[in-house]
Parts: sequence; C-alpha cells; structure tokens
Amino acid sequence: MSAAYTTRGPARPARGSYVLADCWTMTRRELAHWARQPVQVLVGLVFPVMLLLMFGYLVGGGREVTGDYLGYLVPGMLALTMAFGLEGTMLAVTQDLNKGVIDRFRSMPMANGAVLVGRSAADMLQSAAGLVVLIAVGHALGWRTHGGAAAFLGAVGLLLLFRFAMLWIGIHLALVAGKPELVQAVQILVWPLGFLSNAFAAPEAMPGWLGTAVQWNPMSQTATAVRELFGGPGGEPGHVWAAVAWPLALLAVFLPLAVRRFGRLSA
Amino acid sequence: MTGTAITVEGVHKKYRDKPALDGLDLEVARGTVHGVLGPNGAGKTTLVRILSTLLRPDRGRVEVAGHDVVTEAAAVRFRIGLLGQHAALDEQLGGRQNLEMFARLHHLGARRARERADELLLRFGLADTGRKAVGQYSGGMRRRLDLAASLVTDPEVLFLDEPTTGLDPRGRAEVWASVRSLADGGTTVLLTTQYLEEADQLADRISVVDRGRVIADGTADELKARTGGDRIDVVLRDAGQLAAAGALLPAFGGEVSVDADRRLVSAPVADRMAALTGVVRALESAGIEAEDIALRRPTLDEVFLHLTSDDHRAKETA
Repeated sequence: MSAAYTTRGPARPARGSYVLADCWTMTRRELAHWARQPVQVLVGLVFPVMLLLMFGYLVGGGREVTGDYLGYLVPGMLALTMAFGLEGTMLAVTQDLNKGVIDRFRSMPMANGAVLVGRSAADMLQSAAGLVVLIAVGHALGWRTHGGAAAFLGAVGLLLLFRFAMLWIGIHLALVAGKPELVQAVQILVWPLGFLSNAFAAPEAMPGWLGTAVQWNPMSQTATAVRELFGGPGGEPGHVWAAVAWPLALLAVFLPLAVRRFGRLSA
Repeated sequence: MTGTAITVEGVHKKYRDKPALDGLDLEVARGTVHGVLGPNGAGKTTLVRILSTLLRPDRGRVEVAGHDVVTEAAAVRFRIGLLGQHAALDEQLGGRQNLEMFARLHHLGARRARERADELLLRFGLADTGRKAVGQYSGGMRRRLDLAASLVTDPEVLFLDEPTTGLDPRGRAEVWASVRSLADGGTTVLLTTQYLEEADQLADRISVVDRGRVIADGTADELKARTGGDRIDVVLRDAGQLAAAGALLPAFGGEVSVDADRRLVSAPVADRMAALTGVVRALESAGIEAEDIALRRPTLDEVFLHLTSDDHRAKETA
C-alpha cells in the first residue's frame, strides 16, 4: 500500500549522510541564542572571574599553601569553572525538555542525537571561552605558568575533558529530573561538591576525613594535574593519569545513560 | 486500502498503571479531515503523540502514510507535520530563524531553507515580524508560526492537537481557514478537539473518544442521527410553568431536558410534523404560553453528552 504514496517532501536521504549537517544546525541554534542574549553570556564569563578575585584577595590571604597563592588558586578556579558548567548544561536541557520544541525535533527526520550534540558543542565552546577569559585575567593579575607550551595545552585539554564529563552528567541529570524545580535542588548540591575540593585550599590543611574526601573528588584530580602541568604550587607528579581516567570513567557511565534516557522519551 | 492515510488497530498505551489508550481503532481516508472528539483525559493527545512517533504504543498496530510508526519511524517523520497542544517553537529565536532551522533539519539545503522560510512567513502573514523573538508574539501569531513550522515540507499527513485551544475567535477563524485550504490541497488532516463546533465545521468524519476508546464514529450528521434524530425546543413565557411543560413532552418522544435560565424545555421527537402540531395543542389545552417553538437537529454537544453519559454506557454494556 505504500506504493500509493509519492513523497512530496525531499527524498529520504541515505542514513548517516545528514548527521553532521543536523549537528551543525543544532549547534548554530545555540550560537543564535547567545547572539540574542549577550548579557547572559557575559555574566556567565564574568562570574568565575568574580570568584577568582573574591578568593584571591578577600578570603585568600590566610591559606596555608606553599608558594604564591595565585599560582595555586588559578588552576583551582579553572577546574571549578568547568565543574560549575554542569549547572548551565542542566538548566538548558531542562528548559528545552519543558518546551514543545523538543517534540517538534523528535517528530522530524533529523539525526537522533543531534539535539544533544548541539548542546555539547555549544557548552564546550562556552567553557573554552570561559577558560580564555579566566586565564587572561589571571595573567593580568600576575599569574604565570612555568611548564612550557605543550604542558599548557595539555592542561587546557584536561580541563575541557573534565568539562565534557560534567556536561554529560548534566544532560543525564536533567533528563532524569525533568522538572525545573528538581534541577534547582541539584544545582544547589553542585556548590558543596565544587567547594569540597582542593580548588581553594590544600587538603593537607583539612581534618583527616575531609581531606580524604577532597582528595578523592575528581575535580581535585584535575586541579592537581593542571597545577603540575602549569608548574605552579600544589602540583603532584603522576596526577595527569588520574585527571584523564576520572573523566573518562564518568563519561563511560553517564554518556550511554544520557543517550539511553533521551531515547526513552518515547517510552 | 490504497485510500488509507492512517490506520490504528487495537492500540494500548499505559502511563504507569493508568491506561491512556485502551484498544483504540481508527481509520482515516487519504485527503480527508478527521476529527477526534473527546473530553480532557480521553486519550486524544496520547493518540497524536503515537501517530507522530513521539510515543511508542504498548500494543497494537499504527500506520501513517503507509509506514509503521514504530519500525519505520524515520519514513513516517518525512511525511508528517505536527501541531502540538503547546507551541513547538524556539521562543528565543525569531520566526524566520525558527522556520529556517526546521527546514534545514528537513534537509532542504541552506538556500532552499531560506526561500521556504520566506514563503511560509508570507503565506501566514508573518513577513513583517522581523527579528522579534517568538516569545514576544501574540497567541495567534505564535499558533500561525507553529502551523507554518509543521508545513515546512508540505506533509502528506498533518496532526493538529487541539489547534485552537486558547485562541481568541479571530485566531480560531485563521486556523480554521488554514486547515480548510490544506484539506483542499489534498493533505490528510487528523485533528483533535474538545470543541464540538470545530469538529462539525472542519471534519469530514468524526471519532468520539472516551477513556481511550472510540465510542462512536461517523459523519457529523450520522452522529447527530444516533441521538434520536430531531428535537423540539419550547421557550416558555413564564418560567413557573417549566415543570408542567416538561411533563407534557415525553408523550412525543424521549427524555426531556430543561434549561431554566433560558426558560427552555427540549425533547427528542420521532415524527417532526406530528410532534409539532401535537405539542402546540397540548400546550394550548394545558394553558401554557409559549414564546417560541422550534424543530431542530441535535447539536454535537448533545450527541457527546448522550454518548458519554453513564446511562448510555450502562445500556451499551447491559
């Protein structure tokens, strides 16, 4: 009976040939959102700078850290900014889910994962921009790296890898939570997790159990590895592998979970 | 079977343990407008979501434009347009940006996507909206853009889920006009509505849905005939005589309904002319003064109440 139908729309394309085009269309959508809300984007970039200044000058004086505190703090702030990216991802995904537009996407002949890929591409771009701004401000404040160009790029790579893991945790949590109210609850929990790290203070200066928890925090692994690569205080040799392994392990769990959950929207 | 655009056979769908669709059957001929009429919670939206591949049925067979919605979802998506209950638009972007994005996702190519967006904006009277974000559109404009977005590729089958809910009369008229012109162009339209008038105005055939099943099916006239044909309305001068008038009418047909606000008694009648003359005489001899007496076809509201009343259900199952 399908013979009775002539396709009035475009011919059905070969599978896969439009995946990249669809991903790019969805990424462009997020970029168009930025263009329409420059203030929001700006606030997102300035917020970590504000934290850096606050901890560097307001709270930072008394920390027991060997060497200069700025050299310890900047890598910590870079890692913290990547961790906090989780909130932005969650919020954006939840907003999309609660609008009818996701239904239109899902009823169209587009590549299945393009919605999620567009989200990740845009978030990664924004995080990269955040790193550039924070590094530039740190530099202006007198912070210097001592590890060479390759190590510098390696550090940036580790930070983005960590952000990528956070991104997929964010997508998964947003898909599980669904409603904006639950997202708020999770957003609040991101704060203690972000602060229960070695971003601002060395775990050695903390009570035993707290220090252990802080050292196990994946964000601490990334921060320590980045400190090592930047050649600043607080770095420990051998942490680069941990900073690679942790995000990969998180991705191995949450990326498939998120993709599966997205597919289950039709269950 | 070549003339069938939508086939739904024995479809079940449960949310948690609550059945939303409970063995629903439906067939829609190509090029027709089919109305799905039912109250809130009858399963109308669930049906549309299954037809448009957004939800999988638990059981049953569903074909749209000759393709199975579960095993050939991609093929179905190429041939359908969807206007959901809530605007399925990116509210942060402008109208043109929205249409261009959807056209690109339909793989029209960059240039053709731009042209298509322009065509649709013009056709739906949205050409002068400029860069304004959709979030700032009026309800009617948003609905028009939403409809335009569902027509990006000129679909074979179009699903409209309560397309005029929340619109003012002007917005409703605009949507109705668009649906009519689409149907004239040969598009198969399935539309759900709570408004009986809407189904009556637009649909060639109507399925009445309640509790996840089709409880009646037919043209508007056929459905009206099923409630017992014609009715007689008597408007009284004095509301105090409503009860007395109500007691007279059963002699000519069935159940009497009384509307005190309008001083109206109404009843189905078997023989039009015999009933008319009989009612006039009976009222006269009882000394009841009528302001107006009219014979008419039942409204779809009456049909619907009749079909969904617990009374009727009890009779059907008995």
